[in-house]
Amino acid sequence: MDKFTTHTGVGVPLRRSNVDTDQIIPAVYLKRVTRTGFEDGLFAAWRNDPDFVLNHRTYATGSVLVAGPDFGTGSSREHAVWALQNYGFKVVISSRFADIFRGNSGKAGLVAAQVDEKVVQRLWDWLDDHPGGEITVDLESRTVRAGAGEDAIEDSFDIDDYTRWRLLEGLDDIGITLGHDGDIAAFEASRPSWKPVTL
Amino acid sequence: MGKTLSEKVWDEHVVRSAAGEPDLLFIDLHLLHEVTSPQAFDGLRLANRVVRRPDLILATEDHNVPTLDWDKPIADPVSRTQVETLRKNAADFGVRLHPLGDIEQGIVHVVGPQLGLTQPGMTIVCGDSHTSTHGAFGAIAFGIGTSEVEHVLATQTLTQARPKTMAVTVNGSLPEGVTAKDLVLTLIAHTGTGGGQGYIVEYRGQAIEELSMEGRMTVCNMSIEWGAKAGMIAPDQTTFDYIEGKPEAPKGADWDAAVAHWKTLRTDEDAVFDDEIVLDASTMTPFVTWGTNPGQGAPLGASVPSPDDFDEPNDKVATEKALQYMGLEAGTPLREVKVDTVFVGSCTNGRIEDLRLAASILEGRHVAADTRLLVVPGSVRVRLQAEAEGLDKVFIAAGAEWRGAGCSMCLGMNPDQLAPGERSASTSNRNFEGRQGKGGRTHLVSVPVAAATAVRGTLSSPADLAPLGG
Repeated sequence: MDKFTTHTGVGVPLRRSNVDTDQIIPAVYLKRVTRTGFEDGLFAAWRNDPDFVLNHRTYATGSVLVAGPDFGTGSSREHAVWALQNYGFKVVISSRFADIFRGNSGKAGLVAAQVDEKVVQRLWDWLDDHPGGEITVDLESRTVRAGAGEDAIEDSFDIDDYTRWRLLEGLDDIGITLGHDGDIAAFEASRPSWKPVTL
Repeated sequence: MGKTLSEKVWDEHVVRSAAGEPDLLFIDLHLLHEVTSPQAFDGLRLANRVVRRPDLILATEDHNVPTLDWDKPIADPVSRTQVETLRKNAADFGVRLHPLGDIEQGIVHVVGPQLGLTQPGMTIVCGDSHTSTHGAFGAIAFGIGTSEVEHVLATQTLTQARPKTMAVTVNGSLPEGVTAKDLVLTLIAHTGTGGGQGYIVEYRGQAIEELSMEGRMTVCNMSIEWGAKAGMIAPDQTTFDYIEGKPEAPKGADWDAAVAHWKTLRTDEDAVFDDEIVLDASTMTPFVTWGTNPGQGAPLGASVPSPDDFDEPNDKVATEKALQYMGLEAGTPLREVKVDTVFVGSCTNGRIEDLRLAASILEGRHVAADTRLLVVPGSVRVRLQAEAEGLDKVFIAAGAEWRGAGCSMCLGMNPDQLAPGERSASTSNRNFEGRQGKGGRTHLVSVPVAAATAVRGTLSSPADLAPLGG
């Protein structure tokens, strides 16, 4: 996984709450057996609407998605994270993420930055006034920034310490756990014999 | 201070705990299916890693399989590749697989319990959010993404931050004809889709204790629809009776040792939950959704709400968008909403009790003109049991389509899909935009409501049906 320290990119306002993973990528797009090529399915139904935000040229290079509360609810499909990444997104900002989506993001290297709902609203308003404006997401200091001068926005975001550390270092989760092999083996030796096995 | 059920099960699975880090949890059972596993196996190959415990894994094919012609090669080449990839991965890594055509094939969350692999006090994961179903047995069970699937394959563990605990206490008894599905839809309308976020929830109280194992699975299945990490129900005699004698259940002295342990898996009297919701089952009625998330529901006797009925700006906008997508007018009585397709099936309501209940309502009746009814058993075993009881004949006589086992119309991936604008009453778990097919409109319902709706062609409960003659 690539290290993530800070990212500055075009902010894309997605003025919707409860953006479930079926909206992020419908099931019919989940048939590939690779981790790439899912950008076609990103927001597939909404992209049929010419007015949908991603169809505006202003946001063609968008990489910071600013969404309403309860982003990533529903299905556990990590394809939702891959679709966002394959399309070019590095960060999603929302006031509340579904647990599984947040976990998948951390594993795959997409930053899920949780901010106060008021910050989402301010970013949306700022993007209305500055279409194509850039937002900076600094993982080191856990801050989001946009604009300069009087209407500049700077606020903190939440991300758990462990995920932040792994993203900053670009660490492979499995490699870390395999380092605890002795603990796992000791646990396995202590399991009751009546626990079920499949083979 | 005592511990809650979830804390007990969690603590029994901590491999490693360190300050400032999530716990490393041992996973007792890892369920796999064709959609969320191929990239995980690829990751293992790339890193030259092996599957640590193939003996704690079970794979089946469910999401992307047809429910017609299941004995023939899958027609769609992309779907066929996905299914064949699972078969190759299972063979290469020595994983037990029940493929299409096998007598144990079916929806992964129906197969685990019916084999007796789902037992109290376990940790169970799967690359599928409805893994929460298995919590009905007093297991900690939750859905994971593909990176985590890979992590479990390689290490048989997961790094997990300890969730908060919540009790959902449902007092009283459900009235006649009101089901576990109505209970959980009522709860989700109360909490919204994010109300359970960050919590492992324990469902308890008289109404929960009175549910069968299958009803309990329906409730726990939908825990994810209100955002909970997992849902659990303390194991009791109902649980033990269900498991005993199942193919993979403990036998002899192992059974006695297991039950002795399972009986300790109850929340202590002096344990404290971080939060609690209390509901009264006796006031519940058949409940259906009108919108595009599972929290947008109302009693069947109510009318479609208006955006003005909500105070929160986000709720107003969400309601407006939902009504537009669903093609509904505010104020329309839900009973007048005409339905094109009725789907009975899924990991929520595709078990034998569900099919028995549907058949009991459909017997001697016929599906309305211009309405189609799909009845899809959750597993091959459920299909064979239903056929042994003659339920298939009841469905076919009523004009329904009787299908093979799989996820079917729950998710708009395999051939069973709604057409754009088509409206369904569905016993499944999600009414998201396009969930059952692009442009499809879904109303989530219980099995009795589904059956009655199929007969009348509009959202209905069995109470709306004319009595049978004779």
